[in-house]
Amino acid sequence: MNSILDSFSSYLFRNKNLLILLFLLPPLLWLGIIYLGSLLVFLFHSLFYLDGFTGKIVYKISLNTIIELFSSPANIDILIRTVALAFLVSVGSALIGFPIAYYMAKYTSPKVKIFFYLAIMLPLWSSYLVRVYSWKLILAKEGIISWVFEKLHASWILEGILSLPVIGGPSLSISYLGMFLVFTYIWLPFMILPIQASLERVPNSLINASYDLGASKRQTFYKIILPLALPGIAAGSIFTFSLTLGDYIIPYIIGTSKFFIGQAVYTHQGTAGNVPLAAAFSLVPIAVMTVYIYLAKRLGAFNAL
Amino acid sequence: MLFNKKNNINKASWGLKIGAIAGILFLHIPLFLIILYAFTTEDKSYQFPPPGYTLKWFSIVLSRDDIWNAVYLSLHVALVSTFAAILLGTLAAAALYKADFFGKESITLLIILPIALPGIITGISLRSAFGVAGIPFSTWTIIIGHATFCMVVVYNNVVARLRRSSPNIIQASMDLGANNFQTFFYVILPNLGTAILAGGMLAFALSFDEVIVTTFTAGQQTTLPIWMLSELIRPRQRPITNVVAVFIICITFIPILYASYITRNTSDGEGSSK
Amino acid sequence: MITALELINVNKSYGQVSALDTIHLNIKDGEFFSLLGPSGSGKTTCLKVIAGFEVPDSGIVNLFGEDVSNVPPFKRNVNTVFQDYALFPHMNVRDNVAYSLKIKKVPKSEQDQQVNEILKIVKLEGYDSRKPSELSGGQRQRVALARSLINKPKILLLDEPLGALDLKLREQMQLELKNLQRQFKITFIYVTHDQQEAMSMSDRIAIFNNGKIEQIDTPANIYSKPKTAFVADFIGTTSIISLDLANKFFNYSKPFSIRPEFIKIQNDNIHDNEFNIEAIIDDVQYQGSYFKIIFKKDDLTLISFYYPNTSKQIDINLGKRYTISWSKDNITDLNE
Repeated sequence: MNSILDSFSSYLFRNKNLLILLFLLPPLLWLGIIYLGSLLVFLFHSLFYLDGFTGKIVYKISLNTIIELFSSPANIDILIRTVALAFLVSVGSALIGFPIAYYMAKYTSPKVKIFFYLAIMLPLWSSYLVRVYSWKLILAKEGIISWVFEKLHASWILEGILSLPVIGGPSLSISYLGMFLVFTYIWLPFMILPIQASLERVPNSLINASYDLGASKRQTFYKIILPLALPGIAAGSIFTFSLTLGDYIIPYIIGTSKFFIGQAVYTHQGTAGNVPLAAAFSLVPIAVMTVYIYLAKRLGAFNAL
Repeated sequence: MLFNKKNNINKASWGLKIGAIAGILFLHIPLFLIILYAFTTEDKSYQFPPPGYTLKWFSIVLSRDDIWNAVYLSLHVALVSTFAAILLGTLAAAALYKADFFGKESITLLIILPIALPGIITGISLRSAFGVAGIPFSTWTIIIGHATFCMVVVYNNVVARLRRSSPNIIQASMDLGANNFQTFFYVILPNLGTAILAGGMLAFALSFDEVIVTTFTAGQQTTLPIWMLSELIRPRQRPITNVVAVFIICITFIPILYASYITRNTSDGEGSSK
Repeated sequence: MITALELINVNKSYGQVSALDTIHLNIKDGEFFSLLGPSGSGKTTCLKVIAGFEVPDSGIVNLFGEDVSNVPPFKRNVNTVFQDYALFPHMNVRDNVAYSLKIKKVPKSEQDQQVNEILKIVKLEGYDSRKPSELSGGQRQRVALARSLINKPKILLLDEPLGALDLKLREQMQLELKNLQRQFKITFIYVTHDQQEAMSMSDRIAIFNNGKIEQIDTPANIYSKPKTAFVADFIGTTSIISLDLANKFFNYSKPFSIRPEFIKIQNDNIHDNEFNIEAIIDDVQYQGSYFKIIFKKDDLTLISFYYPNTSKQIDINLGKRYTISWSKDNITDLNE
C-alpha cells in the first residue's frame, strides 16, 4: 500500500498544481453549483415580470420589473428608508463602539484584553433571535426603560420622544427609534472588532512621536489616531450597513407597518409569488454594497479585516 | 473625555474607561434581562420589575415535546453541517492559503459570499433552486443551506493558522522521508487540529442559531430558532420563550468559550526559531 | 575521490527572474563545501534543487552517480537543516528527532536507543520531553541537526543554520559543526552569506552572484587569487583598480586587485618591482588592532591597513600626503 502512496506522491511531486486542483474541486463545485447557480438564477428573475392578470411569471427578458421598482413612490420610500436606517445604524455603532475598541486596543493588559475579546465575541456568536427578543422586553411599554424613566420622574421625556414625527411611535417597541437601538445593539460587535484590530496596529511609538513633535492630545487624536483607525471603521461599517440593508426580522418584530427592503423581498416572493419583483428589490442592497465595498476598499478597509 | 488625560499617557482617562465599560454592559445587560425574565411569575406582559419569581417555567419547558424535538433537530443539523463545513472549508483553505494564481481573489469572494449577502437572498435562491430541481424540503435541504455559509468560518480559521506556520515544516517532513500522505497525517493535520476545531465550534454556534436561511430551506421541520421566531410573532406564555432563550444562550456560549480556550496560545510562534 | 554531488548545467527561473544560470558543481565525498554569496544570489535555490524541493528547468542532479532529477525529496538520501529549523511544533524533541525512524517503521526500542545516542552527541541529553517552544535558539538548532543526523545521511544540506544566533554562540556552533562533520565523515553543503564563516569552515567555496557561480576554490585561493572583481570585493577588503586607472597611474595593462595589508605607507626605498603613487589620507577608521586608512588621488581610491603596534609610527591625520607602494607580486589580475 505504501508503495502505491509513494508513487502517487512522486506523481504529485512532478505536478504540483494537480494537488491544489484536487483540493479546490469539492468546495468549488459545491459553491458554484449549489450557491452561485441558485443565486444567479434568482437574481436573473429581475429581468422577467409578473403578468398582472394570470399572476404567473412571464419568462421574457424585459426591464418592466426594474422600472416598476423605481417608479412606485411606495417602493422608493422603502429603499430610502432602509438605506437611511443602515447609515444611521453604522454611525451609531461607530460612536458607541469606538471607545470600547480604543480602550481595548491601547489600555488593556493581555489578560484583560482576552476578557474584553470574549465579552465581545460571545454576544456576536450567540443567538441573534435571543438578542433581538431581549430588546422586545426592554422596549415594551411596561418594560425596564419605562420603569427607569418613571423612577427618574422623567416619563414626560419618554412620551415627548415617542410623539416626535418619524422616529417616534405608539411605544418604543414599535418605532424607528426602537429599531435603530436594536440594530445598533445587534451589529455592535461587528464594528468593534475591526476598529480594535486597526488601532492595535498603530504603534505607540507613532503617538509618542506626535507628542514629541509638540501636538496636543486632541490634535494627536484627530490627526494621527483617528485617520489610522479609519480603515477599521470602514471595515466595520461594511458589516453594519450590509446587515441592516438585508434584514427583515428586526423590522418585523420591532417595526411599524412601514416596510423595509428585507420585508419587501419576503412579502413579494411569498404569497404574491412575485419573484421578479423580489429579485429586483434584492438587487438594490447588492448594488449598494458593491459601491460601498469599493469605496471602503479605497479607504483601506480590507487591510483591517 | 479622551482629552482630560493628566500626566500619564499610559493610563486611560476616566471618561474613556467609563465609556468602554458602559459599552460592554450595553452588550450584555439585555442578555441578563432575558435570564431574569425566565424566572418571572408574570406571563402576559414584560412588566418590570418582575412581580415575583418562580422556577415553574423551567419544569414546564422540560416537559414540552415540541421544544425538545426542535432542540434535537437543531443539534442534528448543526452537527452534520459543521462536519461538512469542516471538510469543505479545510480543503479550500489548504488549496488557497499560499496560492497566487489568476482568479484566486474571485474564489475567495465566492467562499465569503454566502455569509456576506443578506440571508434572505441566500434563502430565497436556495429555495427556488430546490423547487426547480424537484428536491423536497427536508432536514437535508436545511443542512445543505447551513453547510454553505458555515464553510467560510472554518476556512478563515484554517487559513490564518496555515499562514502563521513555518512554511518549511512540510518540506522538513518530506526531507525526512515522509511522502505526501504521511506528511498530511503526522505533520499537517495535528498542526491544524485546534484551528479546525475552533472553526468547527464557531460553525456549530452559527448553524444552531441560524433562522433566516432555515425558514426558506425547511419543509415542515422546526428547528429551535424557527420555534423561537414563531413565539416572537405570536407570544403565548412569554417566560417559556425566555427559558428556551436561556438554554440557547448556554448551548451557544459553550462552543465559543471552548474555541477560545483551545486557540489561546496560538498567537505566539510555535517551533519557529525567529 | 568519490563525487558525492554533481550539478550539470542546471537552470532555474521564476518568471522573468533567473535564479540559477548554467550551474556546474562537483562536490567530493567528505568535503565541507560552502555556497557563499549575497542575498538573492541563488545559493538557497541551488540547495533546494539538490534537496528536491525545486525542480530545475533544465540540467541534471546526480547524487553519488545516480540521476535524481526526477526523484521526490522523500526518496533522496540527503537531509536538510532549515534556516528556521522547521521543528514540528506539536511534537516534543524526542518525537521530532525520531520522526524519520518512525516513517521507516523502525521498531520502537531501536528508535529510543538511536535517539538517546544522537541527543548525547548534540549535547541535548535530558531535553527529550520538551516542546520546541520551550527551547532556546541554539537548542532548537541542535534538535534540527539531531533530527537530520539520526538518518546517517551521506550528504547534509545546511541553509544558513547559524544566522539567528548571536556572535559568541555562532562561533561555538561553528566549531561543533566542523567537529561533527569530521567525526561522521559526512559531506556538508553549507549555505551562508557570511564570508568569515565560509572561509573558516570550508574545504572549498562556491561564490554565487546573480544566479551564476563566479569561482569555486579553496578559501586561501579565493582570498589571494580572486578571479573576478566581484569575488575580490566580496571576500575580505580590497582595492580594485580598473583598466583605465591601471593604465593611467601604473602603466599596467590589466585591471587588478590589491589587498590592504600589502600596501606600505611612506616607503623611502621603492624597488623597481613595486607600484607606487602619491596620495592623500581621505578617511581613517579605527578597527581595534589596526586602522583602516583610505587614500585618494584624483579618482583613484586605495585602502590600506595600518598596524600601529607593529609598524613604524606615522602621522595618520586627514589630509596628510604619503607615497604608498606595493610589490607587483602581491597584485591579482582580474578577468574583467
